[in-house]
Amino acid sequence: MLRRRIIPCLDVAAGRVVKGTRFVDLVDEGDPPELAARYADEGADELVFLDITAAPENRGTLLEIVERTARRAFIPLTVGGGVRTVADMRAALRAGADKVSLNTAAVAEPDLVARCARRFGRQAVVVAIDARRVEPGAAPGGEPARWEVLVRGGREVTGLDALAWAVRAAELGAGELLVTSIDRDGTQSGYDTELLRSITSRVSVPVIASGGAAGPSDFVAAVRDGGADAVLAASIFHRRIHAIADVKRALLAAGIPVRATAGVAA
Amino acid sequence: MTAAAAPEPRAGLRVAVVDHGAGNLVSIEQALTFVGAEVRIATGPDDLAAAEAVVVPGVGAAAPAMRRLSRAGLVDPLLRWIALGRPYLGICLGLQLLFDASDEDGAATFGVIPGRTELLAGAPTLPHIGWNQVERRREHALFSGLADGTDLYFVHSYAGRPRGVSAEAVTLAETEHGGRFVSAIDRGNVLGVQFHPERSGGAGLRLLGNFVRWAAALTAGAGAERSPVGAGGTAGGD
Repeated sequence: MLRRRIIPCLDVAAGRVVKGTRFVDLVDEGDPPELAARYADEGADELVFLDITAAPENRGTLLEIVERTARRAFIPLTVGGGVRTVADMRAALRAGADKVSLNTAAVAEPDLVARCARRFGRQAVVVAIDARRVEPGAAPGGEPARWEVLVRGGREVTGLDALAWAVRAAELGAGELLVTSIDRDGTQSGYDTELLRSITSRVSVPVIASGGAAGPSDFVAAVRDGGADAVLAASIFHRRIHAIADVKRALLAAGIPVRATAGVAA
Repeated sequence: MTAAAAPEPRAGLRVAVVDHGAGNLVSIEQALTFVGAEVRIATGPDDLAAAEAVVVPGVGAAAPAMRRLSRAGLVDPLLRWIALGRPYLGICLGLQLLFDASDEDGAATFGVIPGRTELLAGAPTLPHIGWNQVERRREHALFSGLADGTDLYFVHSYAGRPRGVSAEAVTLAETEHGGRFVSAIDRGNVLGVQFHPERSGGAGLRLLGNFVRWAAALTAGAGAERSPVGAGGTAGGD
């Protein structure tokens, strides 16, 4: 049976792992390959590297980090941030990435998703969606919840409906969706399971939940209530608030299958 | 798993890793090097000349891979390699290429193992991405030291389905994702795995180490009179 995955995320700026709250107020969290190796040892099922500056001049630094990591952590690596062309994707794969995540460029040019999928296979294409809840009007009876897509690291509103974009991205060739709640990111208030469920009930590709983890029970909720196939977190792992094994044990206790790794008997 | 948790490295088998242009070769190169192989990336037939074992990795669709292999002049040498009984490991797409054809894009593939590459039927999510249990149908040196049902990493939507009288005989392991599919095959000198051992942590490294030892034993057993791959022989499987 397919295991639900736990994925530490390494946000990288200027060659260091950083973490902010709602994408700002960055704090230095360490050396990327070092942290990556630690997580691999501690039972991470995959790793995600995001260049949060998404600046072309940082590309080389990020790829070098990926290459150094690929030499010592033999688990899947996803790379994102500033990937704009098929050539960018190819460079990331050649450096040792297994998957590449597209965000701003995919919204600007949806055909990029299709081209990357045709060239490298859809399993290598992750579309990352940064979604923010649109507060419904005070209308009685309550409209259904809506989320809009933001790009450029949460700095730019697109007006695009997150659910519609998720469906479209999967149709275009995304093999996986990385769904981040900007409202929850870095706030440790739990994943937006309503957002997750709205997307997982509409697509058949795997969905990675992101944004808001505080403790193991949030991971359980992302899978059980949100329908997520994988759950991503950053701060709580970087700061050793919770170990990956704690999270996996909580999932197991809730009857959710996980891969047996250090300290976890599946 | 990182290097520290992995099995003991083993000396110097010369392994050609075939490059058909579809991306990440770093992982497989690093993982094989880690278990003691001497890796050379093969972009043309000459790169197979000195090799003792061949690994064909890869993800994605069959048609572009076949086109690139053909353009590189590698299809016939690989078929000869297999026909000569030399050690071959196909990973993911490298396994799927062994079958007759792929439903993904209709491409005709090596035709070494009877059967087709088909979409995973009944899968709750596609692509099938993540760690899943590999359940053995038989014992094989490839899985030595790994518990039956070990979790290994998959990323694919299609899988080869062996057909005909040999179907059961070539099925080495199966995995469940909606339905059962064949996740490892073996036929003499030819091994294929649908999962990615190079991305499966310590368990994957152990499996690759097993492959290197198995290939070394096979090569030693074949003796010194073996004819070189470049020098004739019939192309094609049996």
